[in-house]
Amino acid sequence: MSGHTVEKIYVFKRYERFWHWSQAAMIIFMMITGFEVAGFYENFGFQRAVELHTLTAWALITLWAFTIFWQFTTGEWRQYIPTLKRIDAIARYYAWDIFKGLPHPYKKTVLQKHNPLQRLAYLALLAMVSPIIWVSGLFYLFYAYWPEWGIDQWLRLEWVATAHLVGAFMMAVFFVVHVYLTTTGHSVFAHIKSMITGWEELHDDHAKPVSRSKS
Amino acid sequence: MRLLKSFATRAILLGSILLVTGLAAAATADHSKFEVLQGPFETGEDVTRACLSCHTEAAKQVMGTRHWTWEYEDPQTGEKLGKKTMLNGFCIGDRSNEAFCNSCHIGYGWEDDSFDFTNEAKVDCLACHNTGDYVKARGLAGHPAYERTEYPPGSGRFYNPVDLVSVALNVGPTSRETCGACHYYGGGGDGVKHGDLDSSLNNPHRDLDVHMATDGLNFACSDCHQTDKHVVPGSRIQMTAADPHGPLVRGQQSDRNPATCQACHGDKPHQESFLHAERLNQHTNTLACQSCHIPSFARGGVPTKMGWDWSEAGRLDDNGKPMIVKDEKGHITYDSRKGSFVNGEHVVPVYQWFDGSVDYIQPDTIIDPAAGPVAINRFRGQAGDPKARIWPVKLFQGKQPYDTVHKTLLVPQVALPNDTAFWFNFDWPKALQAGAEGTGQAFSGEFDFVSTTMIWPITHMVAPKEQAVGCNECHRRDGRLVGVEGIYVPGQDANPWVRMLGLLALFGALAGVLIHSAIRVVVHYRGKAK
Repeated sequence: MSGHTVEKIYVFKRYERFWHWSQAAMIIFMMITGFEVAGFYENFGFQRAVELHTLTAWALITLWAFTIFWQFTTGEWRQYIPTLKRIDAIARYYAWDIFKGLPHPYKKTVLQKHNPLQRLAYLALLAMVSPIIWVSGLFYLFYAYWPEWGIDQWLRLEWVATAHLVGAFMMAVFFVVHVYLTTTGHSVFAHIKSMITGWEELHDDHAKPVSRSKS
Repeated sequence: MRLLKSFATRAILLGSILLVTGLAAAATADHSKFEVLQGPFETGEDVTRACLSCHTEAAKQVMGTRHWTWEYEDPQTGEKLGKKTMLNGFCIGDRSNEAFCNSCHIGYGWEDDSFDFTNEAKVDCLACHNTGDYVKARGLAGHPAYERTEYPPGSGRFYNPVDLVSVALNVGPTSRETCGACHYYGGGGDGVKHGDLDSSLNNPHRDLDVHMATDGLNFACSDCHQTDKHVVPGSRIQMTAADPHGPLVRGQQSDRNPATCQACHGDKPHQESFLHAERLNQHTNTLACQSCHIPSFARGGVPTKMGWDWSEAGRLDDNGKPMIVKDEKGHITYDSRKGSFVNGEHVVPVYQWFDGSVDYIQPDTIIDPAAGPVAINRFRGQAGDPKARIWPVKLFQGKQPYDTVHKTLLVPQVALPNDTAFWFNFDWPKALQAGAEGTGQAFSGEFDFVSTTMIWPITHMVAPKEQAVGCNECHRRDGRLVGVEGIYVPGQDANPWVRMLGLLALFGALAGVLIHSAIRVVVHYRGKAK
């Protein structure tokens, strides 16, 4: 599956890579501590797990504050505008063409680095999984203040904890699939490498014009 | 603000501790110089009359308390309760055993219904105010031995006489020893009943009781049970289960029970890092302080009775003599007079909702032996009740006689040296008949033994804060609060459907990617092979 390297493009900027990897580390850590808090296993001990989970949550919120700022000042947020264009071709690629060694139908560019399937996945993450986790998580965190704010009149801890766990499982499933899909580049580690260095190697696989139509 | 508040709390705490411990030393009267106390005294009543010649109102005050009446009215049911008539799963009942049991009455001479509860001279001042060498001997109905007395008669065992003059000259404030003389020994022995009260509290290490530690704060009972006009606050029969208020400030007019934890510490005593987001203080909306701060009871080396099976009583040894069997630690596990015991040390409590009020079975309550263990008492209260909190309790399991015809629990006469009491004759029908005569209950003559339960609130033996129950003791799947209703405990109660479907989705995704990658690998090598 490795054709000639015809071009190298700088896709992931330094801040973006910092954001991605620190966020990845934090989310992994929050899954480890979070599933412990939910009672799936014992590792740090409940109290430590809660403290670490909370600390990481605040760190992640801080990171997001910077990242939102970055997305808007650089205009990178446009990378996340969803599209359904040629989504069928991409779905077909992962379900079938990939086994035949056919090239990915989407060509990454600096301006459009996410394929439509990715965009949909990130949309789901941003519009559904994140809000579920963050809203339930913040209610969960501030449970002690519910009576003061009258929240205990209409909300139950059980619902909040359940929603948080649902979100956590969604995130875990996303994590598994996301990590797996990084291995579907030109080589197993090609995507990970570009996420580290920022540089993406574009390959001239079969040179089918169809797949280049977007560039 | 919180810091300031907590500083103020500590200052008040320290202030009241200094005040209280200063009192004894600061007394303005040396009783040994009082002429009226020089004696001679023939009986305890003589001493009381001497006391009352100065402390004119003391006996009247005492007579208004449960220490004197052994009686109270359940405010919810109007039932007359109290030691006088109540049943328990230990020595079962006072009636017909008065001369023995009432050695713990703060009076002289209560041995049957003829006792005069209005006679001030009958109040035993010395029971609580002696500073040593005063024993209300068992079997003497609240009196100490005034002369060398053989008891039981013919046994060859003797009570030595008490020197009433010396005791009277040395009176003082109540102490752990005076309170403990009865409250440690309820149920017929050290630590038997309560589980959180036994003689180890006379000289406790900080680990056993952070307040009473003789190497620490050195509290007496009365430092928390702050008594006013002889009314001792803080009774297990009517407790203050929730006290959602700040600390009581010196001089503050209040009807609050001064014996609660919150009376000194307030209801939000934890100083928490921002990572806890006030979570520990929030726990006080649900839990009694005791639930976390008393990790286990009977921690002082004295076991408490967790089980008592009267049906085993009466087995005699090969010589036809009553026997006592002890375990390897020297704790009694069988006594022919009483039956077999289950001893417990470092017992992890059971937890349950409690609003402070207790429902007791009555001697005439009809029981259903087929419906499982008979609950001798129940703690009222449930989730959502602002007066209720989750409390640690000792769950005691008994087996005791009941009337199979009338379906009532029976009180046996056990302790008096006569020809009916069980300990001296090992004859159940006689003992139960004599007991029934004492209680005024009907006894058909037909009896059997039924399993019973009893619960006791755990509130003493508060451990240092670093030994409080850890979060993960409850926040785990098999945690301490399993079975307590009306709460959601993170770590224990994750929704089972979400758990299952979530894991299914997660492992489904893992399986999916594994299959996907396997096909890729296979196809890849096949392509190469071509």
